[in-house]
Amino acid sequence: MVPASFVPFSHNCDSPPPLAVSLRAARLIYGDLTLFDRLDLELSGGCFTCLLGPSGIGKTSLLRLLAGLTSSSISGELRGSDGRPLTGRVAYMAQQDLLLPWLKVLDNVMLGSRLRGERLDRQRALDLLARVGLADYALARPDTLSGGMRQRTALARTLMEDRPVVLMDEPFSGLDALTRLRLQALAAELLAGRTVLLVTHDPLEALRLGEHVLIMNGRPATLSALPDLPGVPPRDPSDPAVQAAYRAILRRLEVA
Amino acid sequence: MKGLWRGFLTLVSLLLVWQLVVTLGDLPPYILPDPWAVMLALWHHGESLFHHAGVTALEIVLGMLLGTLLGCGSALALSYSRRARRWLLPVLIASQAIPVFAIAPLLVLWLGYGMGSKIAMSMLILYFPVTANFYDGLRHTQRGWLDLARVMLPEPRRWAVLWHIAIPAALPALASGLRIAAAVAPIGAVLGEWVGSSAGLGYLMLHANSRMQVDLMFAALFVLAALAVGLYFLVDTGLKRLLPWHPTIPETEID
Repeated sequence: MVPASFVPFSHNCDSPPPLAVSLRAARLIYGDLTLFDRLDLELSGGCFTCLLGPSGIGKTSLLRLLAGLTSSSISGELRGSDGRPLTGRVAYMAQQDLLLPWLKVLDNVMLGSRLRGERLDRQRALDLLARVGLADYALARPDTLSGGMRQRTALARTLMEDRPVVLMDEPFSGLDALTRLRLQALAAELLAGRTVLLVTHDPLEALRLGEHVLIMNGRPATLSALPDLPGVPPRDPSDPAVQAAYRAILRRLEVA
Repeated sequence: MKGLWRGFLTLVSLLLVWQLVVTLGDLPPYILPDPWAVMLALWHHGESLFHHAGVTALEIVLGMLLGTLLGCGSALALSYSRRARRWLLPVLIASQAIPVFAIAPLLVLWLGYGMGSKIAMSMLILYFPVTANFYDGLRHTQRGWLDLARVMLPEPRRWAVLWHIAIPAALPALASGLRIAAAVAPIGAVLGEWVGSSAGLGYLMLHANSRMQVDLMFAALFVLAALAVGLYFLVDTGLKRLLPWHPTIPETEID
């Protein structure tokens, strides 16, 4: 049995003092149903952590708690490694791209500044769009884009926020296999150095992207860490080490 | 082009049926004039019809403008403040529950025979659909967008979220309200003219009716219908232009 609380090391993470995140005594109860209770989660600073678990286990709720999107049924103590709350230091990317259909791609990327009433940095938004491969679509309306392009726009919007912590809730699950692989590689490249938590139900995605992989399982759910894989993400899904870890995960999730 | 042809065909067949009813029923002109007589009335009373149609059109347009402003303001207040909901919601429902027909004489008494009472009547009749639709749209902003805004904003800024997300997201719902408004606004204006007025198509119809000029009455009715349909198409086309991002099912899929 792996203990419920887990403190990962930060040996293979490069940037100097990135913000780590700690969540203590998280609890989610719907009536008689306890999805998790006294759950502890640590995100090491500057690392890409993947949280893997079956549907309905409470992954999304846990992520929402980290993002500050709380409701009455969920609670927990959340703070950064500097002891301050995370408010205003988190960017969030959901499974839906959440693009506003009436705004052009460029304006969607700048949504955060617009809401906060800040000066709009068009040049930076255009640069980010170029980095996600959408330089030519800055003035397009979202409904003219494909699913993959829309999710790229959402990635650019997330990067535009320039926050130390990035939380992603199955951002690639709605895409076709090839587009998904490309976007995973792009996300790994562009989010390097930030403290990332990516929630997914796809073991291969977790193994491909995670510097650390956590498995959430059981009811009430507990977290356990997978041994860190060799190599730098994005890993090749056909890598033998990835394949071996994949089989191990399936055994642990009692699927195989 | 095809739509125009279809409209023309519908019109011609309706006129044919009308003529058949008059001929076969052997109806005297003071009960139901034939289409030709109405055409002649349109021609002979053209100037007067044009004048009265202008008055009615102005009443309708002003009623729509003011009613829409009032409706939008109410919907925003309703969605923004709980106190407004508690106080304004009963008023909103009452405004729909009390028949405009019942208070029309009162409005004429208070606001006089001129345009004021007609504009008020139009406003009253379209206030509810505009407010209800817009308010409904404002209440149903996609959850994900609001979550995204909450994460982006370190401290809550309700006006920013309302202005940048909730209001644009509710515009298609408001557009539905405006389409209904365009359809009912003429009813309000004409109703007001019937109760008491000295100008407008409603006045002209009543006047013609009392002097047994049934052909003129039909002509006025015809102009009113054209006005109402024209207004609806204008509003509908304008809204489609203004909200190009709003997904509608292409016509080819309905056919």
